[in-house]
Amino acid sequence: MTPEQIKKPENVVAQRPALLNDNTMHYCPGCSHGVVHKLVAEVIEEMGAEHIAIGVAPVGCAVMAYNYIDVDWIEAAHGRAPAVATAVKRLNPSRLVFTYQGDGDLAAIGTAETIHAANRGENIAIIFINNGIYGMTGGQMAPTTLEGMVTATTPYGRRVDLNGHHLNISPLLAQLEGTCYVTRQSVHTAAAVRKAKKAIRQAFENSMKGLGTSVVEIVSTCSSGWKLTPAKANDWMVEHMFEAYPVGDIKNTTTQKS
Amino acid sequence: MEEVRLMKGNEAIAHAAIRYGVDGYFGYPITPQSEILETLEELMPWETTGMVVLQAESEVAAINMVYGGASTGKAVMTSSSSPGVSLKQEGISYIAAGELPALIINCMRGGPGLGTLQPSQADYFQATKGGGHGDYHLIVLAPATVQEMADFVGLGFDLAYKWRNPVLMLADGVVGQMMEKVVLPEQRPRRTEREIAEQCPWAVTGRPEGRGPNVLTTLELDPLKMEQHNLHLQKKYDAISAEEVRYEEIDTEDAEYLVMAFGSVARICQKAVEEAREQGIKVGLLRPITLWPFPAEAVARLSNKVKGILVVELNAGQMIEDVRLNLDTRVPVHHFGRMGGIVMDPDEVLGALKEKFNIQ
Ligand SMILES: Cc1ncc(C[n+]2csc(CCOP(=O)(O)OP(=O)(O)O)c2C)c(N)n1
Ligand code: SF4
Repeated sequence: MTPEQIKKPENVVAQRPALLNDNTMHYCPGCSHGVVHKLVAEVIEEMGAEHIAIGVAPVGCAVMAYNYIDVDWIEAAHGRAPAVATAVKRLNPSRLVFTYQGDGDLAAIGTAETIHAANRGENIAIIFINNGIYGMTGGQMAPTTLEGMVTATTPYGRRVDLNGHHLNISPLLAQLEGTCYVTRQSVHTAAAVRKAKKAIRQAFENSMKGLGTSVVEIVSTCSSGWKLTPAKANDWMVEHMFEAYPVGDIKNTTTQKS
Repeated sequence: MEEVRLMKGNEAIAHAAIRYGVDGYFGYPITPQSEILETLEELMPWETTGMVVLQAESEVAAINMVYGGASTGKAVMTSSSSPGVSLKQEGISYIAAGELPALIINCMRGGPGLGTLQPSQADYFQATKGGGHGDYHLIVLAPATVQEMADFVGLGFDLAYKWRNPVLMLADGVVGQMMEKVVLPEQRPRRTEREIAEQCPWAVTGRPEGRGPNVLTTLELDPLKMEQHNLHLQKKYDAISAEEVRYEEIDTEDAEYLVMAFGSVARICQKAVEEAREQGIKVGLLRPITLWPFPAEAVARLSNKVKGILVVELNAGQMIEDVRLNLDTRVPVHHFGRMGGIVMDPDEVLGALKEKFNIQ
């Protein structure tokens, strides 16, 4: 077969979604952000929603998500993405509105905005990257940091007596009447990536159907913050993060099951 | 014929917002301005014009809702009083940086801290000098009457869209709570999505076929580009300063002394000016309507004509700094203020004028 014969649409097994542009990503090798960006772009494309999608980027490593996915974006202040998205969706109900937030953004500085948007049942989708650390500012403790975990601000490991417990926020959000779908996924294997994509698709569809707030937590790696190689970071995540943050649906009140 | 109605300044703001065709209001209760949110909830504009009204979980959330709504080109507003406006400052800085049109109302009360529920003008510095981080300016309007509370909603949005800049209405507990006659503006329809797209080509609306992504961000890591953005903002502020100064002059032609005051205090001073003239003292009043841009030329011009200037404020002396900065001569300038929520009466103003300038 010639290369031309191979390069037929019916032979394509994997390709970059057209919405994911050519800009070089600033993420570290092995970072989960890049994979999740691709999934978001794929889902928007497959839903044919590129003309109605409005993303709200966080302050955190994904602050420049708008550089990579070619839809309209607003870059919110640290933690305020759910408030920003609330107004965007209420004023533009026909649009697909989603936030993309890290654990510091969503579960520390933005806890109030997150809980209240979810409690009001805003018809938005929240993509929540839980890497247990503040990536962007250089690896400080996040609310999600595990007990004993060494970070720049817990150099001897997180201590419960000093720093409190790791915050498991998704089950908390699942308790709110306003959420219709809360799920926890990861992107460390091909199978996990497929499941995560399905979850994002469902979250986006829920918000277009007006079913309430959907939260897709992605348990993620931050190899730089964790000071591990990408492969070791994946192992460490499976070994330690999954115990505190088990993967799977936490709540699904919609008819479709993922 | 125009319909004259009697209402509080805060209520007038709510009515005027609906009639202007505002798309969204986001607020959090705080005295003395809660009637704005209460009146809007009572009028249920979502049933008529389609205006969104939302009680947010905090002033922080409310201002970020304004940031989000304004990013989509919608006419959005929030209101609060001093402690709440302090909380909004990060968001206001973002809105100014993103060059978003929006209206913010501060119905000032006495501070610092939780302070008092009573009126004050102690947020002048915060309003006119920045308040939040970075080099930016808000266009600051100071209403003195219930009529202006209503009119400045429309004026505020017109200026906000003309300049792509947030506008702050710096009111106080007196004009917010006072009942007066007011003529409300005509009901206008809200803009259509198409009109918004034409008026705001930068708006984040969902990327239509044929245009690239619109991105509203205030981040720029390249210092050279960030400096360019700052220079662009400063150029805009210069243009606003040249074009948008508004003030009112009363009895200044033959004045030997000048009283300067803004907002509700200007009305107290107007009464003091009348009393002074009855006693044969020639006093005039200069009332800045825009606090930023400040009526610098009017101050310079009048400073050459008078023997002294008395700046009257409900604070320890804030606007007086701008007055002193803009004098054209070495005329004496004094301050008279009350704090803690106490509002002076005209006799006190006249007494202060006589005392500070040794007028018999
Ligand atoms: C008001 C405010 N406080 C602090 C910061 C500094 N800051 C930037 S990103 C960040 C933490 C980001 O961590 P996370 O949300 O977990 O995202 P990640 O970088 O790990 O993806 C902090 C504290 C800021 N930009 N604004
Ligand atoms: S610091 Fe961590 S979260 Fe940020 S890009 Fe690097 S690996 Fe990803």
